[in-house]
Amino acid sequence: MLETLCSLHGVSGNEHKVRDFVIQNISPYTDNITVDSMGNVIAVKKGTNPTGKKVMVCAHMDEVGFIISEICDNGFLKFKTVGGIDHRILLSKKVLVGKDNIPGVIGVKAVHLQSKESRKSVIKEKDMYIDIGAKDKDDAMKKVSLGDYASFDSVYRKLGSTKIKAKALDDRIGCYALLEAIKEEYDEDIVFSFSVQEEVGLRGARVLSHREKADVCIVLEGTNAADVPFSSDHTTVTNQGEGPSLSIMDGASVSNKNLNGFIMKLAKENHIPYQIKKSHAGGNDAGAIAYSASGCETSVISLPLRYIHSPVSVGDVRDIQSYLKLIKCVLKNISEYQPRRKEVLK
Amino acid sequence: MEFLEKLTQSFSPSGREEEICDIIFEEIKDYADSVYKDTLGNLIVRKEGNGKKIMFSAHTDEIGIMITYIDDKGFLRFSPIGWVDPFYALYQRVKFQSGITGVISYEEKTDAIKDIKMKNLFIDIGAKDKEEAQKMVSIGDTAQFVGDFVINGDRVMSKTLDNRAGVYVLTEAIKKIKSNNDLYFVFTSQEEVGLRGAKTSTFDIFPDFAIAVDVTDTGDTPECNYMAVSLGDGPCIKIKDQSVICDRELVQRIKSVATNNSIPYQLEVLEHGGTDAGAMHITRSGVKTGAISIPTRYIHSTCETCDINDIKNAILLVEKIADEI
Repeated sequence: MLETLCSLHGVSGNEHKVRDFVIQNISPYTDNITVDSMGNVIAVKKGTNPTGKKVMVCAHMDEVGFIISEICDNGFLKFKTVGGIDHRILLSKKVLVGKDNIPGVIGVKAVHLQSKESRKSVIKEKDMYIDIGAKDKDDAMKKVSLGDYASFDSVYRKLGSTKIKAKALDDRIGCYALLEAIKEEYDEDIVFSFSVQEEVGLRGARVLSHREKADVCIVLEGTNAADVPFSSDHTTVTNQGEGPSLSIMDGASVSNKNLNGFIMKLAKENHIPYQIKKSHAGGNDAGAIAYSASGCETSVISLPLRYIHSPVSVGDVRDIQSYLKLIKCVLKNISEYQPRRKEVLK
Repeated sequence: MEFLEKLTQSFSPSGREEEICDIIFEEIKDYADSVYKDTLGNLIVRKEGNGKKIMFSAHTDEIGIMITYIDDKGFLRFSPIGWVDPFYALYQRVKFQSGITGVISYEEKTDAIKDIKMKNLFIDIGAKDKEEAQKMVSIGDTAQFVGDFVINGDRVMSKTLDNRAGVYVLTEAIKKIKSNNDLYFVFTSQEEVGLRGAKTSTFDIFPDFAIAVDVTDTGDTPECNYMAVSLGDGPCIKIKDQSVICDRELVQRIKSVATNNSIPYQLEVLEHGGTDAGAMHITRSGVKTGAISIPTRYIHSTCETCDINDIKNAILLVEKIADEI
């Protein structure tokens, strides 16, 4: 299922293929499914013994990619990146353009034809183009329209004995965990939410959390694992093989201390490995959810991913197993957790 | 000023505001009709009345650091909480809630000191190795900067006058205010990391007017950037900063209250920086928002400096606004 999820194209604003797959896969487990005006999916799974607090889990459906901004006279396509992509990784990458998945490549002048200076400098997005093999503008326009999206063309593969490689693991891994978790029974009612447009500014989550007004939300994400050559031990963010990470704080939110404590205690009691994320840069849907309406207690559980936001993000199967185990364990026990809505002192 | 000293020296990096909320609660509980804390850790003090619903806010959190990594030799790596300049941080002491204190130093092999970044800094807590360090602190622990509270004549110098000066203004005003208005004093969390507590508390309260009390820069030190604000010339009535354009009518009313009560004031246009007002005025369908600022030098350093008379006049201004607006 994770392989299928990663193979679907869902660049921010164009998540419908992922959404259809999500709806198809949650339908057997709940009748209560809503798609809102932005395209977020909100599915409520009834609990067997609910205490009345509103518990939400959230993963985003969108991925980074491209949008076609100009079709040139010679049939080449100019593009803009959608979401945070390092321009240095783009050259010579294969992409799929538009709803018909037209194959293309991101081209650049061959090495022979470049001046010494240009070989040394990093080529900018505005100087790159997608080549779909069109003869000219008319030919290109038969296959592609302005505003069409493009995604990385990358196949899900096993790497070595414990790793997998795919595009869009951020955040199909979170979607996958929710699709697995919704199969189980829980005491508490759980709102399973699948957000849009996270990569362009936590936009779907902002809208859905404002409406849902949950007491507690756990955000499922992918995060950086920089456990690679040239990183110092203190700059790896997370290490693969050491389990899912919990965030104390990042650029967009401070996780709730009590909720984090509850999750860590459960992980320890159930011998599920976890690590604390070592960098506080970046942000995710928790940044919108925690501060929506009159506030929501949030925590973020992330899968460590190398080369995130590239066509070749790498995850560790052992971490994925612990990630699934942890989220199910938290949801099974969440009825014991007491969120603090209003603590009256006088 | 003893209570201001206590406030400045209390522990509350963003997201960990429990200690200062306890201190504030003890100080004002006899003057409040009701007090509660919300999901984000905002402390809300209410003085009930039949008049207008007015919200005053002052943020309780302070900048600081959070441990991200402990190395084999027992040195700590860290992330900033809020805006921390690596040059301000270098060779400062930091203190954890447990009282454990460390000093920030840097990797000496860094080519030029002007190139140091946060990642080149580390904290030395005097641990001999990783094992000993782990007994003292954990990943995710937060620490505050250390900076004594000193009074020089009319001037006060301390860490975290941003925004304990504002907190002090509200707590003192709460004790004095006599008003028929329905007053909410919100001691907000997580301002330094993005005006977050103000956002959710304003949503919940949805007042007729909101007024944030915080510190602002000055333009009265040698060779500094232009700013028409000086220590000792009175609290500021904010016109604009990067986060808010204050409601014109409310600004006018605050000015009238100051004039009618012979309270000196300055007008503030802050070019860089924002405050809780930025989140408050665009909550729900919008809230008419203003702000009162205490002129402060060297903001986010360990020796922020204010004038005591500006603080006293800010207390008086809040007291009068609460009644007369």
